[in-house]
Amino acid sequence: MSESRINNFDLKIATVNGTGSASANGLLMKALFRMGVPVAGKNLFPSNIQGLPTWYEIRANHKGYMSRSGRVDVMVAMNAQTYKQDLAEVSPGGFLVYDATWPRERELNRDDITVLGVPLAKMCNEHFTGARIRILMKNIAYVGVLAALMNIERDILRALLEETFASKPKLIEGNLKALGLGYDYASANFTCPLPVRAERMGDNSKHILIDGNTAAGLGCVFAGATVGAWYPITPSTSLMDGFKAYCEMFRKDEQTGKNNFCIIQAEDELAAAGMVLGANWVGARAFTPTSGPGISLMSEFIGFAYYAEIPSVFFDVQRVGPSTGMPTRTQQCDVMLCAYASHGDTRHPLLFPANPSECFEMAVTAFDLSEQLQTPVFVLSDLDIGMNDWMVPELQWDDNYQPNRGKVLRATEVEALEKFYRYLDKDGDGIAARTYPGDHPKGAYFVRGSGHNSFGAYTENADEYKDVVDRLLVKWETAKTLVPAAVLTESRQPGKIGIIAYGSSDGAVVEALDRLAELDIHADYLRVRAFPFGEEVTRFLQHHETVFVVEQNRDAQLRSLLVLETNTNSAKLIPVLHYNGMPIPSHCVVEGLCKYLQVENAA
Amino acid sequence: MTYIRKPKIDLPGQKTNEIGLLRRDYEGVLSTLCAGCGHDSITAAIVQAFWELSIPPEKVAKLSGIGCSSKTPAYFLSGAHGFNSVHGRMPSVATGAQAGNRDLVCIGISGDGDSLSIGFGQFGHAVRRNLNMLYIIENNGVYGLTKGQFSAAADPGSKSKKGEVNQWKNIDAVTMALSLGGSFVARSFSGDRDQLVTLIKAGVTHPGCAVLDVVSPCVTFNDHVGSTKSYAYTREHYHAIQEADYVPASTEIKISYAGGECRIVELHGGSKLVLKKADNDYDPSSRSGALRYVEQHRSRGEVVTGLLFINEYLPEMHDIYGTTTTALTEIGFDQLNPGSAALAKLQERMR
Repeated sequence: MSESRINNFDLKIATVNGTGSASANGLLMKALFRMGVPVAGKNLFPSNIQGLPTWYEIRANHKGYMSRSGRVDVMVAMNAQTYKQDLAEVSPGGFLVYDATWPRERELNRDDITVLGVPLAKMCNEHFTGARIRILMKNIAYVGVLAALMNIERDILRALLEETFASKPKLIEGNLKALGLGYDYASANFTCPLPVRAERMGDNSKHILIDGNTAAGLGCVFAGATVGAWYPITPSTSLMDGFKAYCEMFRKDEQTGKNNFCIIQAEDELAAAGMVLGANWVGARAFTPTSGPGISLMSEFIGFAYYAEIPSVFFDVQRVGPSTGMPTRTQQCDVMLCAYASHGDTRHPLLFPANPSECFEMAVTAFDLSEQLQTPVFVLSDLDIGMNDWMVPELQWDDNYQPNRGKVLRATEVEALEKFYRYLDKDGDGIAARTYPGDHPKGAYFVRGSGHNSFGAYTENADEYKDVVDRLLVKWETAKTLVPAAVLTESRQPGKIGIIAYGSSDGAVVEALDRLAELDIHADYLRVRAFPFGEEVTRFLQHHETVFVVEQNRDAQLRSLLVLETNTNSAKLIPVLHYNGMPIPSHCVVEGLCKYLQVENAA
Repeated sequence: MTYIRKPKIDLPGQKTNEIGLLRRDYEGVLSTLCAGCGHDSITAAIVQAFWELSIPPEKVAKLSGIGCSSKTPAYFLSGAHGFNSVHGRMPSVATGAQAGNRDLVCIGISGDGDSLSIGFGQFGHAVRRNLNMLYIIENNGVYGLTKGQFSAAADPGSKSKKGEVNQWKNIDAVTMALSLGGSFVARSFSGDRDQLVTLIKAGVTHPGCAVLDVVSPCVTFNDHVGSTKSYAYTREHYHAIQEADYVPASTEIKISYAGGECRIVELHGGSKLVLKKADNDYDPSSRSGALRYVEQHRSRGEVVTGLLFINEYLPEMHDIYGTTTTALTEIGFDQLNPGSAALAKLQERMR
């Protein structure tokens, strides 16, 4: 590979879970970010508290590609347990840094990479006391080594350490010392910097580093959500952590110090869903964050909310299924589950954020849609978006925004009515007005999951039952006009090939489009952002002879939805799938297309 | 279940309550339960209690799960919003409703199947959170809608209509609520209207989770010889530990109560509960005493009724969370949304 590796590399760090390497890795990521280099960090971690192998990947790329490339240019192998595997993973021409305190097994070697030994443990044992401190400082020491090898600016690292420990100045000195140990050793013993390195580049000051769960939690605060109910489940937990932290920051009553919010840790996901319905029923904006197993448990209430028409927002931060699956690995595997969750004829709007910015925006959209449509709305994020650090443009807020609460009749409006009927569609859009408990006795109605007629009364009458469920289909048509539209990226040479992707598969497709163009494969790209599909999706399917559907699950779930919900010949929809739990790399898309089109992939 | 509108009949001489409403203003649609069902007596007691308390119907949220008991919210307070949820999950919906609007007076109607089998967990957690609501369990020991299977509340040795003898230990709502640290635990009998009305009023006024287990015979599937939840058995074995009177805040306590034979429990907002003729000086402020008492009488085959335990000072859910006293639904969006300037400032830390 002759391509320059300046601001164009993949750095991977192999450590042991629970040794405090996360802050060292974050430090590296942030330093590159402050040098103006576009970065993406991916935490590949085990379902474990302490002791199992864990990896952190940083991709730095001057073009701004955010997905995994499948390469490893520099490996920091700090975990003896995975050393063999880590060594094997380094791309030819790459570098491997290891702790040379202990001798390496001789048979483990490679001629096509450069192996650099640094006695990290030895240096830290000599300069620090206490087992825990030594382990933590060893992490900072490898940051120092990489700073020298890869030209990561020391002043920035120093400033970051000073900011991190601003409230504990005693720790700054030790950290700077450890940083210096690594830096000085590498400078003295190796030719620094390596050809794989960073260089100060553009200006990242209009960008931030954030994970999708934090952004979604913040979005809920901005949307005016007041009630959050949840049951802890990986990888969604940090969404409620984020909501709580920002509520503590922004939602304390100035006079009394009391909470203008209520967060309930439920006894299980069934209860969390019930709480969300109860709160929305009385007119609060309420939501729950969960993952696939939680959606399975919530399904009974989801069907209830669909039929009784109660707004409710569900964040499904998807992880690998089926069953318990791999809780700390990523997939897009709950698309079908959420689209049709619960027994009977049900269907639900889904939103597909592709990055943390969209988690923030779509959190707000989800509440508006849910209240406009009076139905459950799902935000389908995933572990990759939710828990990894992404560089995104600064989040924006329009102060003129007012929440769209949908059709609600308050006391004075109810008073003016002769009689209120909860499920009577007066506008022909499939949506009837609702009232809030506590407002007016004339607005009272009885919410039920059993058969009911347009007037809100119990029924077992065949025609009356059909009236209501048929109206729900009218509402579904309305939903198509309200959900966020798909985003089209036309190739420079518009042709007959299309690609459809959604959510966290976006980054891989964006990079793959450039690579494919180099191979003279020109594809138009449609990023689907919601279900039900708008007419732009149907049009795209009609206008392309072959449409590759890229997604991260085994069964091509979005493809199935496209076949079921649009009038498309399934033969022209070609699945490109990646579902091993790791975030989809761009080469998977390139290879998928090349294989089908029988083009030789030189890359 | 069919929907039958109940005719509103004006009877001469009907009294209005403090807010000018008639008793019939607290009624709902006509019950479709079996004639003689205990649940209808409980519905009548609820109507009476809410009328006497002069609570505006629209300020009430009435919720239920699934089963015969859970149909009954349609039969009272037609001016209140109702929520007939899914089986065993009424408490979570009530929790969300209370979280969103703490000004609502919450009444949950459940049954022994709904709360002690499928909804056992949610029942326990509503008690644990001390959710501010009246939680009535209409307890008949059987599944009615599915035609007579034993519920978890059926006593061991009790005989089903088909002659089958229940082998399983029963789950008792009262001892559960006591041991879970409930703040208000009472039992009554659908055939004891006066006691029921008083306990409903006390439970509604109580600032926390008031659990009221009501033995409510099923005339169709559990009212035969050999059943321990029949009218005849309950009448013979029930044992009221006290006679209770609910005294509204606006009324002075009668002198005849003050003789030392009464125990006066202060309720929320200045109303009081006067407990007379306490059995062996029964002390409803002792949790362990209540547990011992209930267990002793159970072993003798007696069904103890009355206010078994009360601690009106235990903090309810919002007290523990530190929620603002204003209903969250009443807070304006400008107060909930931090605005663009705050967002920009927050993001300075994300670089």
